[in-house]
Amino acid sequence: MNKLKNTSDNPFYDPGLRKRHAQAKRFKLFSIASIVFAIAFLVFFLGDMIVKGLPAFQQTYMLVEVTYNEKSINSTRKAIDKKYRRIVSRAWLRDIPAMVENQPELMGTTQMTWVLVNHQIDQYMKGHYYKIKDKILSTVKDKQAKGEIELHFNRNFFTHGDSKIPENSGIKSAIIGSVLTLIVTMLIAFPLGVMTAVYLEEFAEDNRWSQIIEININNLAAIPSILFGLLGLAVFINLFGMPRSSPMVGGLTLALMTLPIIIVSARAALRSVPDSIRQAGYGLGLTKIQVVQDHVLPLAFPGIMTGSIIGLSQAMGETAPLIIIGMIAFIPDSPGSIFQAATVMPAQIFTWAGMPERAYVERTAAGIMVLLSILISLNALAIYLRKKFEVNW
Amino acid sequence: MRPFESKTRHNEVKEKLIKILLFCAAAVSVLTTFGVLFSILFEAIEFFQMRSFWYFITGTEWSPGVEDSKFGALPIFAGTFMITFIALAVALPIGLGSAIFMSEYASFSLRDKLKPLLEILAGIPTVVYGFFAAITVAPAIVNFFEIFGIHASFNSALASGVVMGIMIIPIISSLSDDVIRAVPDSQRKASLALGMTKSETIKAIVLPSALPGIISATLLGVSKALGETMIVVMAAGMRPNLSWNMLEDMTTVTVRIIDALVGDHEFDSPDTLSAFALGLALFMVTFLLNIVSVALIRKFKEKYKVNTL
Amino acid sequence: MNKKTSLIEKSEKSIKENAKVKIRDLNLYYSDNHALHDINMDLYVNKITALIGPSGCGKSTFLRCLNRMNDLIRNVRIEGEVFIDEKNIYDKDVDEVAVRKRVGMVFQQPNPFPKSIYENVAYAPLKHGIVRKGHECDVLVEKSLVQAGLWNEVKDKLKEPGTSLSGGQQQRLCIARTIAVEPDVILMDEPTSALDPISTEKIEALMLELKEKYSIIIVTHNMQQAGRVADYTAFFHLGDLIEYDETETIFINPAKKKTEDYITGRYG
Repeated sequence: MNKLKNTSDNPFYDPGLRKRHAQAKRFKLFSIASIVFAIAFLVFFLGDMIVKGLPAFQQTYMLVEVTYNEKSINSTRKAIDKKYRRIVSRAWLRDIPAMVENQPELMGTTQMTWVLVNHQIDQYMKGHYYKIKDKILSTVKDKQAKGEIELHFNRNFFTHGDSKIPENSGIKSAIIGSVLTLIVTMLIAFPLGVMTAVYLEEFAEDNRWSQIIEININNLAAIPSILFGLLGLAVFINLFGMPRSSPMVGGLTLALMTLPIIIVSARAALRSVPDSIRQAGYGLGLTKIQVVQDHVLPLAFPGIMTGSIIGLSQAMGETAPLIIIGMIAFIPDSPGSIFQAATVMPAQIFTWAGMPERAYVERTAAGIMVLLSILISLNALAIYLRKKFEVNW
Repeated sequence: MRPFESKTRHNEVKEKLIKILLFCAAAVSVLTTFGVLFSILFEAIEFFQMRSFWYFITGTEWSPGVEDSKFGALPIFAGTFMITFIALAVALPIGLGSAIFMSEYASFSLRDKLKPLLEILAGIPTVVYGFFAAITVAPAIVNFFEIFGIHASFNSALASGVVMGIMIIPIISSLSDDVIRAVPDSQRKASLALGMTKSETIKAIVLPSALPGIISATLLGVSKALGETMIVVMAAGMRPNLSWNMLEDMTTVTVRIIDALVGDHEFDSPDTLSAFALGLALFMVTFLLNIVSVALIRKFKEKYKVNTL
Repeated sequence: MNKKTSLIEKSEKSIKENAKVKIRDLNLYYSDNHALHDINMDLYVNKITALIGPSGCGKSTFLRCLNRMNDLIRNVRIEGEVFIDEKNIYDKDVDEVAVRKRVGMVFQQPNPFPKSIYENVAYAPLKHGIVRKGHECDVLVEKSLVQAGLWNEVKDKLKEPGTSLSGGQQQRLCIARTIAVEPDVILMDEPTSALDPISTEKIEALMLELKEKYSIIIVTHNMQQAGRVADYTAFFHLGDLIEYDETETIFINPAKKKTEDYITGRYG
């Protein structure tokens, strides 16, 4: 492809073109490089999270003799041999009285049990450097040789709530807190959002009021999320006196933030229903409400659902406003109702990220993996629903 | 022939009631905006009754928690702008470049695959970005500059700025992509028919036409960066630091808001209320940016009579 | 048989009249759709050649082959040769950007750039390096606008946006910017179909002036227009070149029945 050489009778040879073509090539390269960088970051980032988070799904357990008797219930350290006391998790030991209560036949026996190991040894087993006393290290190595210390699936991560003891902490209470909060959010935002959309699209006249409402929805969408936290603090907690850190307040705050998304997508869905449907309804003598309720809304429903799911997934990832209304207090137990103190998944991630112990790094990453998986599933669901119910008018 | 039935009173009342109900629902969003503004304003005014407003916007010392606490927010504003600036420096070229690639160079099928990938970047919760910034990016920056013998803080503005920039890329690329595609093809054809190369056409014809939309996208990105909290809370510093050096730690408005409210102060103390003063500043600036951005898009829509935006 | 004799006739003619553009065995495919079949013709220098035919017969597609604008469309395959000044523009060593500098195009819808009138005309010549910024450029802009018959109407408002002109003026602006690049051939794709009759008249008069310096090929839906301005007319039908001759012959004494049917309005 020698476009740029001056072959003797090529009347289309132009020397200036070489530079211009080189410029064009550089420009194209720049645009390719941009998008490659963006995608590369995404891949790298996801890989980093997975690498950091996968270890958290496994936890070290050790096979030791456990003695269940009066002495060991009162002072649980005594349930195991002295040389293992600095290895075994004190959270596991703490549970011994409850264990005996649930299984009275254990009383007076000595069993070989797989016992949870503390986080320092666990991190060592996972290959991280940890300063451990030589004596303890040799005990561990002994156990390793005998195959009596190994990594098991970390059930605690999904069955326990937060804990100051890393090996004992899990994401359960955060998940429940998220679920409760988001239920409140959708119960408020969905009806309000859809009703607003219906009003603007079907009932409103083109007057000052509707314009004001439209402008406001736009402004609402642009407000930084942290300011909604300030609103929640000043109004819901201080003015209305609602319980701090509760899914109730969190849900209310998030609902206000999610309104614009639901309104915008509901409006788009309503607008996409062709007018002929409405005209047909009116032609049959139906009232406006009947037309909207029985004919327009059902057809717009898929679009509204998609928008709501997207709103839901955005709300799920919000942290800042919930921090301000207090949902990052240390909450070990799962909340029983929407009025009890709770935490949510992103807030749990935030809390864990700030903990000093190294074991929390992998938990934070694992929590991120759980959160991202849920978000990806939700968005995939939204896309699937949209494709499935896509009607080509 | 039977005469037409008149509307029953029952039906009429029902219709009116429902219309009112719907209107009330719609009014909630208006109430909310004002609610946010007034609740912040109310508390901020309380703050400014305790501390000087003038010093707030010009003073350089921010020291809460002491008897004679000073609240000069200038270093905080400076830190916010520095980090936002770094974010823009990352997001604008990459976002615009990606948009140009997707709209001008990529085939339809490639574009359909790339656009959702970029949207994923937008869907990642900011707390996740913050963790990534603190755990991976910040140490990498420290190590990198160590090679040259330069000391960088583990809470450098650069770390949070870069990650924030990545977060903003989809905002700029998505909107820019839409406005670039809205520029009529006839313009491109005319330029190419005059013997211009594709890049010359893009630079001299397409981009200038799309400029209002691109500026609008940039302003939206700035607005998002200014209001961003989690990334900076987790990766940026806590101390107000008025400096040009992006390798130093500095703090932002959102970080200080969180810090002021998570402590154990009484609600009515200047320490806590300072959060609302800062919140008010944030509200004003992002509000303004949003208005300008919307106006620009409206102008662009009118010019090219587009409805897809 | 017919093809051979007309080819001989044509090469005789091209010795007499200078053939600026020679098309040989041109075939074009949009994916599997064979849109242009074996087109052979010569277009003469400093003449106006009109391409007529019913909608969808390929005349615009053919026009775009002459400045390689079809290269921009995906899934287009072109076979055959287009010689301009004895050089096949589809040769591997020819830069399509250079071709477009020599072969200009005016479109159906006037499409001035959203820049000032001055910049509309000056944009391409400056980029091509034909003139330098400043006085040289001013001279070229004026010259082009004069040639396009627009100078008197805009000389006092060169800084106004090109889009502030009326439809007819915009089209003349597009013509001005095309000739500013100093092409040899000007292609016009239904240049007046979007304009009012008065603007149309002005532009047709302009075409007659321009042919002194340029070779013009115009696609038109309007047979009367072909009759008014064109020296030669080519009749296309469903991708074939049915008949190509001096305009008078085509309209008064067409050789093919299809041509006659179209001329007399049997189909549109």
